[in-house]
Amino acid sequence: MSEKIDVAIIGPGNIGTDLMYKIKKRSKFMNLKLMAGIYSTSEGLKLAAQQGVETSSEGIDAILADKMIKIAFDATMAGAHKKHAPLLKEAKIKAIDLTPAAVGPYVCPVVNLDQHYDVDNLNLITCGAQATVPVVYAVSQVTKVKYAEIVATIASKSAGPGTRQSIDEFTQTTARALMDVGKAETGKAIIILNPAEPPIIMRNTIYLIVEDQDENAIRGTIDNMLLKLQEYVPGYRLRMPPIFDDMKVTVVTEVEGAGDYLPSYSGNLDIETSAAVAVGDQLASKLLCKER
Amino acid sequence: MTITGKEKIHIVDTTLRDGSHSVKHRFTIDDVLQVSTALNDAGVYGIEITHGDGLAGSSIQYGFSLHSEEEKLNAVKFSVTKSRVAVLLLPGIGTKVDLQKAIDCGAKMARIATHVTEADIAEQHIKMSKELGLETVGFLMLAHMEKPEKVLEQALMMESYGADVVYVVDSAGAMLPDDVRRRVLLLKDKLQIAVGFHAHNNLGLAVGNTLAAVEEGVSFIDGCLCGLGAGAGNAQTEILVAVLNRMGCDTGIDLYKILDAAEEVMRPRMIKPQVIDRASIALGYAGVYSSFLLHTYKAAEKYKVDPLDVLIELGKLRVVGGQEDMIVDIAFDLAQKEKVAGGGKP
Repeated sequence: MSEKIDVAIIGPGNIGTDLMYKIKKRSKFMNLKLMAGIYSTSEGLKLAAQQGVETSSEGIDAILADKMIKIAFDATMAGAHKKHAPLLKEAKIKAIDLTPAAVGPYVCPVVNLDQHYDVDNLNLITCGAQATVPVVYAVSQVTKVKYAEIVATIASKSAGPGTRQSIDEFTQTTARALMDVGKAETGKAIIILNPAEPPIIMRNTIYLIVEDQDENAIRGTIDNMLLKLQEYVPGYRLRMPPIFDDMKVTVVTEVEGAGDYLPSYSGNLDIETSAAVAVGDQLASKLLCKER
Repeated sequence: MTITGKEKIHIVDTTLRDGSHSVKHRFTIDDVLQVSTALNDAGVYGIEITHGDGLAGSSIQYGFSLHSEEEKLNAVKFSVTKSRVAVLLLPGIGTKVDLQKAIDCGAKMARIATHVTEADIAEQHIKMSKELGLETVGFLMLAHMEKPEKVLEQALMMESYGADVVYVVDSAGAMLPDDVRRRVLLLKDKLQIAVGFHAHNNLGLAVGNTLAAVEEGVSFIDGCLCGLGAGAGNAQTEILVAVLNRMGCDTGIDLYKILDAAEEVMRPRMIKPQVIDRASIALGYAGVYSSFLLHTYKAAEKYKVDPLDVLIELGKLRVVGGQEDMIVDIAFDLAQKEKVAGGGKP
């Protein structure tokens, strides 16, 4: 019996590389055995090799060929993940999907991971969803949330070509997650890119229309959720206390990244990779229990 | 450049889009129908009808529309016969799905707007609009915040996606005539497509800046009846027509009819006079997105702070269009600071 579960990352870009450092630094139950890309010259593969991680430029094939790997993180692109997903499933490797492909169910570690331990593919939604859905869900536990609207503002520098080319998918997927995972009756999402220098850190405004404006209950449930969220995203915090007007609640949060590889202003990327490690660790601990 | 009077100046009237900020997005179907009919009869080239913040702009962040985009667009389907109906889309707020719905309701022109440095988020929307046969406009907002070379770089991207026109948009009403000239001149020189200009009147320069743009060769300009619009409003459509007539430019618009449209159709429907007040001047002076004005008044009142302080702070932080949520944030911060500063007082 091994003490840790062997895992792999496919996609050695910015996200994959940040994830590599986070797994090496923080993970209790995962051993990052392999990092795979498709270009041998990729910077991410070089950095992984420096960290003592086995690397390959054979892409998904390298992961499928390694019989020890039980979990694979996909940090490529939506199109690529749609091809990888059935192959990983056939090889009985659990997929944690950081792309917007949404092959598997939407997962937010502090909200609904416990319902999805047994599925073979878990989708991490969007950074906007990881940063706002927990608050919506927390409030939905104490009152009906009739409408949730979020505005995520991120530094232009932290939005790569993938996000820019699929900005519609970001707003649509995030809005859906506010309803499906956050439990709001209706959801709406807006994303704004701000090019200011020095870059701004990720900022989220969460507007909720609630049925029962019990201020203490709402403050309490948000505070509890924040504590859980801060366990894996220490840089997540309220910008100001929640604002109550009539049936509207406004919660403003910001996310400062841990700066593992990506700069600390890109809290939007950090919250995705942090969620990935949180999900991976819990899945790995379940697998270890089974092995025992 | 001197005006030859040969090139047609296309006026896009945005009373029913930018002007909707002036009525907090509460235009009725009757407003939309009567105003668009008058504009159509006067011979205006384009009539923009959308929430002030574009398709899907109806929200807590920007204010809810009284009617959906579909209701408004469907209402003018048979009355707007000569002019083309335009819609505005800001990627990040509206999506291709919203654009498709607007096209199904009769939109013939799509204006895709991004912050002046973020043109690449509009690639898909510009391409879609072109593929579906719409006249497609790239709208580079807050163009005063970047040097002419940067504006050109982004305009070239929009041109490469297939835009028919690229606009220099002075969303903050912060440009001086020379700022307009330098940007337009460079774009006219390097782009193959038409160039447009959209003004705000926060420093009282909307008509003057638009004329500067026309002199440098833009062929598309924007206006609103009675100067409606975010902040101190846009250039007055009826004044633009009168002035361009005097200059010998062809706008295709009947002067008497556009004067009547402003005086008899729009003015009685205004809920407040469109003036350049203290805070509007501060918008232009600090270079802040014009639609922040009414939201700033509201937040300043709630937190008992000076709206001018809020606007100046927003300018310092270089907030961009759409960041209305920063207003409350700053008003709250200022109120906290004032509490600390005033803590020793009885």
